[in-house]
Amino acid sequence: MSVLVNKNSKVIVQGFTGSEGSFHAQQMIEYGTNVVGGVTPGKGGQTHLDRPVFDTVKEAVEKAQADVSIIFVPPAFAADAIMEAAEAGIKVIVCITEGIPTKDMMIAKSYISTKDCRLIGPNCPGVMTAEACKVGIMPGFIFKKGTIGIVSKSGTLTYEAVDQLTRVGLGQTTAIGIGGDPIIGTNTKEAVELLMNDPETEAIVMIGEIGGSMEADAAHWIKEHGTKPVVGFIAGQTAPKGRRMGHAGAIVGGADDTAAAKMRIMRECGIHVVESPALIGETMLKALGRA
Amino acid sequence: MNIHEYQGKEILKKYGVRIQDGIVADTPARAIEAARTMMERSGSKFVVVKSQIHAGGRGKGKIVGSEQRGVQVVNSLEKVETVATNLLGNVLVTIQTGPEGKRVNKIYVAEDAYYPGASEPKEYYISILLDRAKGCPVIISSTEGGMDIEEVAEHQPEKIMKTWIDPRVGLQGFQARQIAFSFGLSGVAFKEMVKFVTALYTAYTESDAAMFEINPVLKTSDDKILAVDAKVDLDDNALYRHPDLVVMRDTNEEDPLEVEAGENNLNYVKLDGNVGCMVNGAGLAMGTMDLIKLSGGEPANFLDVGGGANAKTVEAGFRIILKDPNVKAILINIFGGIVRCDRVATGVVEAYKAIGDIPVPIIVRLQGTNAAEGAQIINESGLKVYSVIEFKEAAAKVSEVLKELGVN
Repeated sequence: MSVLVNKNSKVIVQGFTGSEGSFHAQQMIEYGTNVVGGVTPGKGGQTHLDRPVFDTVKEAVEKAQADVSIIFVPPAFAADAIMEAAEAGIKVIVCITEGIPTKDMMIAKSYISTKDCRLIGPNCPGVMTAEACKVGIMPGFIFKKGTIGIVSKSGTLTYEAVDQLTRVGLGQTTAIGIGGDPIIGTNTKEAVELLMNDPETEAIVMIGEIGGSMEADAAHWIKEHGTKPVVGFIAGQTAPKGRRMGHAGAIVGGADDTAAAKMRIMRECGIHVVESPALIGETMLKALGRA
Repeated sequence: MNIHEYQGKEILKKYGVRIQDGIVADTPARAIEAARTMMERSGSKFVVVKSQIHAGGRGKGKIVGSEQRGVQVVNSLEKVETVATNLLGNVLVTIQTGPEGKRVNKIYVAEDAYYPGASEPKEYYISILLDRAKGCPVIISSTEGGMDIEEVAEHQPEKIMKTWIDPRVGLQGFQARQIAFSFGLSGVAFKEMVKFVTALYTAYTESDAAMFEINPVLKTSDDKILAVDAKVDLDDNALYRHPDLVVMRDTNEEDPLEVEAGENNLNYVKLDGNVGCMVNGAGLAMGTMDLIKLSGGEPANFLDVGGGANAKTVEAGFRIILKDPNVKAILINIFGGIVRCDRVATGVVEAYKAIGDIPVPIIVRLQGTNAAEGAQIINESGLKVYSVIEFKEAAAKVSEVLKELGVN
């Protein structure tokens, strides 16, 4: 099964003809993703990477039956692109763009809340279903088809986790990069829930960082409803209070959003918490009783 | 981006929020001039001299080596001169600055707003910030003005009111009225408070602020409502559409190494430890800092070189990390996805040669695309650089190096 995206997903790229969009669209096609075209306003009717370019997402849905969109447009226009995709009937919207103003994201999130769609990101590495469909910028070669699902706020830390899993012989179902901004479409708990409900996923890696309450919320949900082992890590145990650590959302505001507080709550909720990000793979083997 | 009180008040004023007015000054002579103007304008001989630094707790904070407080009410031009001389160019330590304090480069000479009149002056608290979980702004208000709001939240949570705003329609009239009623106001003061809250929300959204904290909000003895202080944090991601606010950045308030890193497009945060690090990606960078700690060291910095790690960025990163005299070793941790490890390795070797001799041991962990080729380049370079591939090996190597150095 896997979640969110699979072999049958019909993917379009918003910001298709830009340098980022072109590069990653090419990579996605090489991985085997069914990219059915792209959108660049004003360039409709052209062909790019052997695929049609549309002026609007609506047209891409009508003519190419697109149901998944990945957004590479610059920050000033990204919130608009998200709303356009939702309005056009796209079911899974993945926004890679980093640096969208918070006010724009608040409005976009509110706008799409009444539409039948799911937003992943922004400021995220995308979604990857191993050996089936890549809708993002994750390096394909580290993935192996298997049974572990991954939820993460961070890009390269996700790669680290996937790589460790693959090295200890554990393949993956789907990796969901939910993004490091203060306002994102799908939170940790929702992403974990998707993987809990996926029959192919046997266990979950949950990677968070300082700031906000999403990991604690997810942990409480897991305690109530969890049916599979979860290995967790929170980055930023050494981060000082009040300083923004790279990601717009990675800032310790109070006593509840430190790495230590989140890890404590996760442990109390039965999650296998690792202190060191180098031990994610090994800990998962132990959690599955295969060490 | 944080800005000073006087700048925050400029923004408030622009959107019709009444403020305790004042004039900024950077010399005692200008402070006297400012005080004279404020005294004439208000008809009072009282003015307030307020240190302008990016930290709270100024009223209780003290200038290093003296009893001078960071904020003082004075009643003559002579005293303005004394206080201005005590403050300007000196270091103010408050509960928020840490023991090293912050240099006072500017002071704000403000009108006396607590003048006697028909009714008692009364202080309130209002802040506006982002509720991350709900994805919308929230107005936090309290009758306990002038207090540390975190203390109030802990000991008297019933005295804090939260008003969530629908970002698509903004603040509604009934919400502004609810806040004003919760303060127990009536008559002119009530109407003024509704106006104040409404204008404050407009200023918040129009300036793309991340946080406004007005503490205290003052009801004067003649029922005016005004902002006595203004702590303002602006959304960095939205600054591109506010050229008038970008110029409010005061790099004197920032760590010079962080300013230099920013100029090189590096995301750097200075910390107090002994092991420097250079990483691609913010999450992995934080994870690497944590790993340094677990290996017996303390991270000296956060440094995300981003997706384009090359010889130029690596060199800039090296130069910045090496300016910190506490750094005893450097760990470079790159997970090559789109970035190729052999290119990063070449970058490390080139940067090393460009800088000349680097006096501290360097551990380079390259993983992902072309990791083996990268390791080979490092190993064959003849430089004093340790190459590792697994994250665990990096941790072990950091421990080993620190032991050799006798740091741990």
